[in-house]
Amino acid sequence: MLTIGEKTFQSRLLLGTGKYPNVDIQKKAVDVSETDILTFSVRRMDIFESSQPNLLEKIDIHNYDLLPNTAGAYTAKEAVRTAKLASASGLCDMIKVEVIGDKKTLLPDPVETLNATEELLKEGFIVLPYTSDDVVLARKLEEMGAHAIMPGASPIGSGQGIINPINLSFIIEQSNVPVIVDAGIGSPKDAAYAMELGADGILLNTAVSGANDPVKMAEAMKRAVEAGRLGYEAGRIPKKSYATASSPQEGISI
Amino acid sequence: MSLYINGSTIDLPAHVTTVSDVILHFFDDPPVVIVEHNGDIIDKTSHSTREVADGDKLEFVHFVGGG
Repeated sequence: MLTIGEKTFQSRLLLGTGKYPNVDIQKKAVDVSETDILTFSVRRMDIFESSQPNLLEKIDIHNYDLLPNTAGAYTAKEAVRTAKLASASGLCDMIKVEVIGDKKTLLPDPVETLNATEELLKEGFIVLPYTSDDVVLARKLEEMGAHAIMPGASPIGSGQGIINPINLSFIIEQSNVPVIVDAGIGSPKDAAYAMELGADGILLNTAVSGANDPVKMAEAMKRAVEAGRLGYEAGRIPKKSYATASSPQEGISI
Repeated sequence: MSLYINGSTIDLPAHVTTVSDVILHFFDDPPVVIVEHNGDIIDKTSHSTREVADGDKLEFVHFVGGG
């Protein structure tokens, strides 16, 4: 059970809705992922093209909690405006703060992320900031009142997986709010690994939407997140330098 | 009446007087749409009472796929 603010969720997999081959595949992928939380973006509408495919037309949004992001923002001010626009829909009270500080790496701007988080908390939002894997920044976000910390595993859409497990572990260890590893997950192995480290959840998009078979990958990610969590709860064996026989040494007849 | 919507000047018939009217002018079956009117973000519950006037600036935004 994942708890964010006062909301609880069965699934620990948060799924993005961007860049699927089409809305039918998107819907099937969302269905099989069994996610409870969908992310999406806020953009200017093309009002002269009313037949444009709408993200929300295939998916029954009332079955999900919606987590809009502030992607596209480069300043706290822009992020706050996007959050308020999303909220005016009357459909959501959570916001993923995403303030990009570098166009090439899409790494987040730490100062603007802190400022946006502070402002949106004052406005009463449930705030989930996407952040780098900086341990001190994660602590400051939590102290400020963020409802979850969402450190990136590696750059957005890169599929490089978890490039700094030490920092992620430090963040997980110090945090009293959920840690949701967001961005950079490439394969089920990465998702399971993050969960084995003790992450409370995984947010991914491209790893599913960009897979050859997004629906099958959504299923794989669901199982990976569950397997990783079970493994974490079960407690793995310590690593040793040398072998330890798993069969008994007594009674060997030859 | 002429409104400045999403960067374009658009002439609208006289019966269009509120934000809701503007939405219905463009969409028979309105999707989820969020409106900014002269810089103010208008809550969905206020669409039908927010009046628009000649020369006003409107931004229509919506949700799209994203991660």
